Amino acid sequence: MSDALQKFLEASSSADTAACLPWLKTIRDSARARLRETGFPNTRQEEWRFTNVAPLLELPLHPAAQNGHRVSAGDLEPFRFDVGGVCLVFVDGWFRPDLSSVPPQGARFEADSLRERLKGGADGLQKHLARHASFDTNFFTALNTAFFQDGAFISVPAGVALEHPVQLLFVASSEQPGAAAQTRNLILADRGAAVKVVETYVSLTAAPYFTNAVTELVVGPEAHVEHCRIQNENLRAFHIAAVQSVLEKDSRWLSHSIASGGRFARNQIQALLNAPGAEAVLNGLYLGRDEQLIDHHTVVDHAKPNCESHEYYHGILADRSHGVFNGKIFVRQDAQKTNAKQTNRNLVLSENAVIDTKPQLEIFADDVKCTHGATVGQLNDEALFYLQSRGIGADHARRMLIRAFASDVVGRITIEPVRERLDSLLAKRFDHG
Amino acid sequence: MLDIRNLSAGVDGKEILKGLGLTVKRGEVHAIMGPNGSGKSTLAGVLAGRGEYTVTGGSVTFNGVDLLELKPEKRAHAGLFLAFQYPVEIPGVNSTVFLKAAFNECRKSRNEEELDSFEFLALVKQKAKMLELDPSLLNRSVNEGFSGGEKKRNEIFQMAVLEPSLAILDETDSGLDIDALKIVANGVNKLRRPDNATLVITHYQRLLNYIVPDFVHVLARGKIIKSGGKELALELEERGYDWVLDGSANGKP
Repeated sequence: MSDALQKFLEASSSADTAACLPWLKTIRDSARARLRETGFPNTRQEEWRFTNVAPLLELPLHPAAQNGHRVSAGDLEPFRFDVGGVCLVFVDGWFRPDLSSVPPQGARFEADSLRERLKGGADGLQKHLARHASFDTNFFTALNTAFFQDGAFISVPAGVALEHPVQLLFVASSEQPGAAAQTRNLILADRGAAVKVVETYVSLTAAPYFTNAVTELVVGPEAHVEHCRIQNENLRAFHIAAVQSVLEKDSRWLSHSIASGGRFARNQIQALLNAPGAEAVLNGLYLGRDEQLIDHHTVVDHAKPNCESHEYYHGILADRSHGVFNGKIFVRQDAQKTNAKQTNRNLVLSENAVIDTKPQLEIFADDVKCTHGATVGQLNDEALFYLQSRGIGADHARRMLIRAFASDVVGRITIEPVRERLDSLLAKRFDHG
Repeated sequence: MLDIRNLSAGVDGKEILKGLGLTVKRGEVHAIMGPNGSGKSTLAGVLAGRGEYTVTGGSVTFNGVDLLELKPEKRAHAGLFLAFQYPVEIPGVNSTVFLKAAFNECRKSRNEEELDSFEFLALVKQKAKMLELDPSLLNRSVNEGFSGGEKKRNEIFQMAVLEPSLAILDETDSGLDIDALKIVANGVNKLRRPDNATLVITHYQRLLNYIVPDFVHVLARGKIIKSGGKELALELEERGYDWVLDGSANGKP
């Protein structure tokens, strides 16, 4: 382990991590032990073959300071979605109650800082917190588990359907290069509950920094959870994320991962279909430009029979950007009548852009339907000519086709203001072809 | 309106049009007929500005400007319209959004005011009715999942909305049954005006029963080898192309 990393880990150990209850301390200690055993990832490891994370260690990494920087409500306006309801704001990983709107008194659900919640006795947390996102072989999840500082806790009791989406807004503000935020979110939807969560990561700083975020979701029996993750950080940021959901009987999880920011982004999106009748939809869009590296590793684990999964990941890569998609589907021996589909489509807009795509199906049951497909292509010349021949300028035509390529994925998001924001992001991004 | 002189063009170094000449005036309907491989679609492609063709000689003047200098979108702005032989399916691009963008870009190029959504929708409804086009198609992606007949009808519908001064119909009859053919031809006829012109490119005479041309030209081996009135089409239907080809100076194809 390098000296720089060693130093960072030491600094993290003495930093102000969230209150340490005995059960949590046990987990944190074992995560810390795993960190040292696993070691920092390198490209000789299959999971990191196309994704060189070594440049992260060139940053002067240090735990992000609390309240060290001024952020006002006005600064956040461009990033909030006009969807009503609760919005929890975290600046450099720390909860900012003054910028947040919390559930009103008497609300039938909870949405709060995880750190605050741990201080207040932590009812119901012990069963789920850090129990689902495995840190056994994942260095960064281990890092997060050992040192997470804060994050969101959302809990929706049985039978409650939230009217408004819950927004989680993570803003980086530190001008000091190398600030590291270890963000931890836990989202619980009890039996028959319904909730939509929009988790957004953005920058108010141009400095390079490091976000290491882990989100665990438990989707109870017959519950519906839509989880929309939007990462649009600055082009010097390192963003590493793990999302782990556990789906109970007849539940449904709709996951969106929209990744357009960061110099380096690695998103691990995982679903465990843990009881019959569960359905997971993994929807993703990555937009690369400059020298960005945007990596998605997805895992859909069919552990039980009669479950469905649908995975749609689209990538648009410009300039010298590099996209990585690795889609694993496990169908366990017990998981008969599984129906699993995966598609990954890539639009490569420049000769210097690169995409590495790899489906990985491991099937141990015999009565299953599993399909996968990956495509890599350019804009369709014939379609471009058709649009131009009707009077639409070449740039405009190209933009229309790029947006059309993304529209499938964007269209699956059920929150209209989010769709609109993405549409204008796409329009802006590809304004000059 | 359209003046093609001694036009030579090809693809990948292979010359397909070899000195073609044709003049079309306002108010006229011209039919270009010819056997397969004679260069009909090349002519349509060169006029519309398809990138894969290279013009090696000659000139095309359209409403007083050098057409060959213009990008495809500028040709559309200048009033040229190509009804595609194989209309392209464009998933994810909504038909109405697409057509409104095209319509307004054409208007803008002529310094005319753009229509807002409400006005445009009214226009579209009226034109769809004329072409007996199911309006629900306009909520779908461009040509996606349309039947062959719907695609061709959609081409003429777009033409009705854009109101070009010169429409080129490239094998618009191919793949149409007789009822669809009548609807399409009827639409084209309704759009005829003294100040616009139509170039009908077809292999078969059948369409010309419904869109009656003023002039019929036979295109073979890259040039017009015979021209005549509408009766020439009937003669070609009856006797085939061989007699024209045999009679032309260059001998057998």
